[in-house]
Amino acid sequence: MFKIFDYVSGLFKFKDLLQQLVIRDIKLKYRRSFLGYLWSVLNPLGTMIVVALIFSQIFRFEVQNYPAYLICGQVIFNFILESTNAAIVSITGNASLLKKTYVPKYIFTISKVSSSMVNMIFSMIALVLVVMITGVKFTPYSLLSILVILQVYVYALGLGLFLAQVSVFFRDIQYIFGVLTTLWMYCTPIFYPITILPNNIGRIITMFNPLVSYVTQFRELLVYGRLPSMDLIISGILWSIFVLIIGLISFKKNQDEFILYI
Amino acid sequence: MNTPEIIKVEKAGVRFNLASEHINGLKEYIIKFIKGELIFQEFWALRDISLTVKKGEAWGILGVNGSGKSTLLKLICQILKPAEGTVWVNGTIAPLIELGAGIDGELTARENIYLNGAILGHSKNFMQEHFDEIVDFSELHQFLDTPVKNFSSGMAARLGFSIATVIQPDILIVDEILSVGDIAFQRKCEDRMQHMLENGATLLYVSHSIDAIKSLCTNAIWLDHGSMIASGPVEEVSEKYLESQSR
Repeated sequence: MFKIFDYVSGLFKFKDLLQQLVIRDIKLKYRRSFLGYLWSVLNPLGTMIVVALIFSQIFRFEVQNYPAYLICGQVIFNFILESTNAAIVSITGNASLLKKTYVPKYIFTISKVSSSMVNMIFSMIALVLVVMITGVKFTPYSLLSILVILQVYVYALGLGLFLAQVSVFFRDIQYIFGVLTTLWMYCTPIFYPITILPNNIGRIITMFNPLVSYVTQFRELLVYGRLPSMDLIISGILWSIFVLIIGLISFKKNQDEFILYI
Repeated sequence: MNTPEIIKVEKAGVRFNLASEHINGLKEYIIKFIKGELIFQEFWALRDISLTVKKGEAWGILGVNGSGKSTLLKLICQILKPAEGTVWVNGTIAPLIELGAGIDGELTARENIYLNGAILGHSKNFMQEHFDEIVDFSELHQFLDTPVKNFSSGMAARLGFSIATVIQPDILIVDEILSVGDIAFQRKCEDRMQHMLENGATLLYVSHSIDAIKSLCTNAIWLDHGSMIASGPVEEVSEKYLESQSR
């Protein structure tokens, strides 16, 4: 356990590098596009409007304040999608650097997840806009949503570290994961309420998909202005810590082999 | 007499699996497995290398292409871990293994200075303090806000060298990088390296120019196919090396 602690504390020495890498990603993401960073706000807003239009006409769900409900789910899921997809290639994509300089290898994965996180914070602007327009009152609970973001971040970091090290040895994981995320999206109550699922399926999904916890916590705090149930919070925190530990251990175990395979 | 040792390599070896490079899919893997060809062909890029470098010495590394020179440098920089033996290094390293490493073509020269500095482990404040110095040395004032992808390889090398040598390192590792710069800049780099040596830095230098090695180094090591053929005073080793080459 102490070893893992030492391992992580090495990050402190390279915090400037982490910062530089995150800045680079953000700068390059929208460089040469006219609207630039505004896209981080416009993108989730646009998709939300499209999905909201479709689902309010074709399928109707008994959901209070559907646009706000929808965008909460989307912001979280898009973050997971973006960060894991960036993390998965973070080691293989930086092969030239890893071969020629000595830096802690996990820094590339962490920087990718962190820059997706910054992007998510931009899209929170869109979320706040929607919440305000639909007439939801801000409560002190809204601020607690930061804790949910933190849980999702830790979870994405663990998953990203795990996937990054797997993809060094087994590139196919990128494509497999691509298919799995589609399944994952439908198994997460983003555009539907979990109550429409048959009881046992709903229970299984809640048990094995931590995103259910994150998305629900997020909505309870931001849209419905109340504290989520203790079960949800605890399972969310436990999931994120569990996945982070798995990610760190697997990454640390295999990192010395990376250079032979990239 | 009592100069402390700064690098100590003992019976070190680096192993690559040649076969693992070629099997790229499950199908191929299964076919090879059935055929019984799945014996990992081991390739020792370095084997049984022992080297002790004392503080302030300058070592040239000689050898033909693919003889393991860069692998040895990477081993000392801790980019590679030895599969056998030990590598012990005491001091800060300025690795000039490849000047392009860490330079992002999409970013401007200014942004790259900060990014590359961070990769070398410098803090942002440190880079701010030395920013002008780096720009002055590279002579790229005019192109500070140009994306580096539009630079020539010589200009990129200037930038890389200027960033990497901004500190006075304990160990300077130079891997045949100055060949792209023009003569004036090559001379400037050599002056800077000479200056660092005078200030007590230890140098490891790979070059195919025997003259450059002779002028900078006191000792030399000759590698061939991953094993050490000779090591010792530069004159002795380079003579042996030249002899073998002219044959």
